[in-house]
Amino acid sequence: MADLKTKIHNIKLKNPVLTASGTFGYGVEFDDFFDVDLLGGIIVKGTTIFPRQGNAYPRMAETASGMLNAVGLQNGGAPYFASDIYPKLLKYKTNVLVNVSGSTIEEYVACAEIINELDHISGIELNISCPNVKEGGMAFGISCPSAAAVVNAVKKVYQKTMIVKLSPNVTDITEIARAVEGAGADSVSLINTLLGMAINAETRKPVLSTVTGGLSGPSIKPVALRMVWQVSQAVKIPVIGIGGIMNATDAVEFFLAGATAIQVGTASFIDPLASLKILKGIDDYLNRHHFNHINDIIGCLQM
Amino acid sequence: MRKSVQDLKVVSNLRLNDDQHILHLQASNQLEYIHPGQFANILVDQSKNVFLRRPFSFYSVDYQNNIVSFLIKGIGEGTRTLLNAGVDSVLDVLFPLGNGFTLPEPEEKVLLVGGGSGVAPLLHLAQVLSKNSNKIHMLVGARSVSDLVEMDNYKRYANLHTTTEDGSHGEKGFVTDHSIFSEGMTEFSRIYTCGPDPMMKAVAAKARVKSVFCEVSLENSMACGFGVCLCCVVQTIHGHKCVCTEGPVFNINQLKWQI
Repeated sequence: MADLKTKIHNIKLKNPVLTASGTFGYGVEFDDFFDVDLLGGIIVKGTTIFPRQGNAYPRMAETASGMLNAVGLQNGGAPYFASDIYPKLLKYKTNVLVNVSGSTIEEYVACAEIINELDHISGIELNISCPNVKEGGMAFGISCPSAAAVVNAVKKVYQKTMIVKLSPNVTDITEIARAVEGAGADSVSLINTLLGMAINAETRKPVLSTVTGGLSGPSIKPVALRMVWQVSQAVKIPVIGIGGIMNATDAVEFFLAGATAIQVGTASFIDPLASLKILKGIDDYLNRHHFNHINDIIGCLQM
Repeated sequence: MRKSVQDLKVVSNLRLNDDQHILHLQASNQLEYIHPGQFANILVDQSKNVFLRRPFSFYSVDYQNNIVSFLIKGIGEGTRTLLNAGVDSVLDVLFPLGNGFTLPEPEEKVLLVGGGSGVAPLLHLAQVLSKNSNKIHMLVGARSVSDLVEMDNYKRYANLHTTTEDGSHGEKGFVTDHSIFSEGMTEFSRIYTCGPDPMMKAVAAKARVKSVFCEVSLENSMACGFGVCLCCVVQTIHGHKCVCTEGPVFNINQLKWQI
């Protein structure tokens, strides 16, 4: 067994495998399949201060090697999360993080303040990259001043680790990464979904109720890898790699590109055991190549 | 039963017509109880353009031989790939998913209304109800007699009625044109329906007028099948609910259908 321990700011991870927000529910949906505590941590569904019904059906379109979604941050709101969902998460011994979103800076702050009171939550992932909401979301993540402003404001009220989830729908992701690092982000995670679209040629209508949606799955992996590689050279804070990771080889590629940890997303829809299989596969890779520690491959791309 | 991912062996692939087959799949372990109306999500890994699993209601369950059956209609690349599943090949199946139909009290007289491949969960339901000594009437609608397949299967458990749009079998017209709705509909204490949305809405409208209990089985597109992608939602009186976990079976009074 190789040593898989790693760290994201103050969060100690027993291994670098996390689950991406919006693809793992609140963790409890996976209890039938495996012991979620085996993972380094879970990042639960995007949470906003007010309850959100999300977008109208249809919200999903299957695409070549991937899918589009337009869920639109459906959730019961932060007070409901604190009162009704949080108690169910106390049983987990691994790290539980909450993905925090909002339409205005004030909403992000109010949501983070509520999560800040929850002792068992190790940190937040600030979502400035959701492409499926009319206001806020990605709008904050595509300009440096607005990204810095929301990170700055949340930093003042949130005391534990703050990861900032970045959008790939930008001209230069390294500029945004540097802006949020400067504003106090403890880590960046990337990438969120790529803005895309699907059309039904037979009906001559868009497939999604929102016309556009967020593309995920193996089709986005090359874009995600490139961005993780660029950002890991642009910032000093740890980078968490996300984007089309379906197996351990994919995960290893992200470590080589510079990621300190990874998140498994869409793969969990197809195989609820994907994150566990990826964790085991990472250990197998390290053993096969005689590496003792996950750090031995992080950022070790040979040029 | 706990949800799990299992390798099931194809023990037979029965061709009904050009685009409909029944797959019989065998589990290596004892099957636990599967409720009528629950479904499975099957991986289609031999098809390069198919990324997600494909959901199918259980068509029948044989606990003695640990065999589950699915009625597969070839609609797209994923379902057509499954039509070609070879005997002895293995399919990766996630099941059982969702909640099923609410079972009636023994002796109640019930009506099952199916259209197209929507008849699949109704056979499983009829199997269970026949053991519950219910009086079962089943109404199946199709375009033409050639689309009415495996009718003997239904006759084993139910009094069978049919409609065809071209009049080639049973009464002519849509299922809701059938005389059972004008004659003795209030004799039924419950109606269960599965099929195309317009058909289910028409059946639901008939049930609502006569205040008969009615459950429908929905088939929204989904990515996961166990309540984490939140893609398959339907508008209910309590807001958006996932068809995969809160359904696929809903009482019509829960849905915000314009009927």
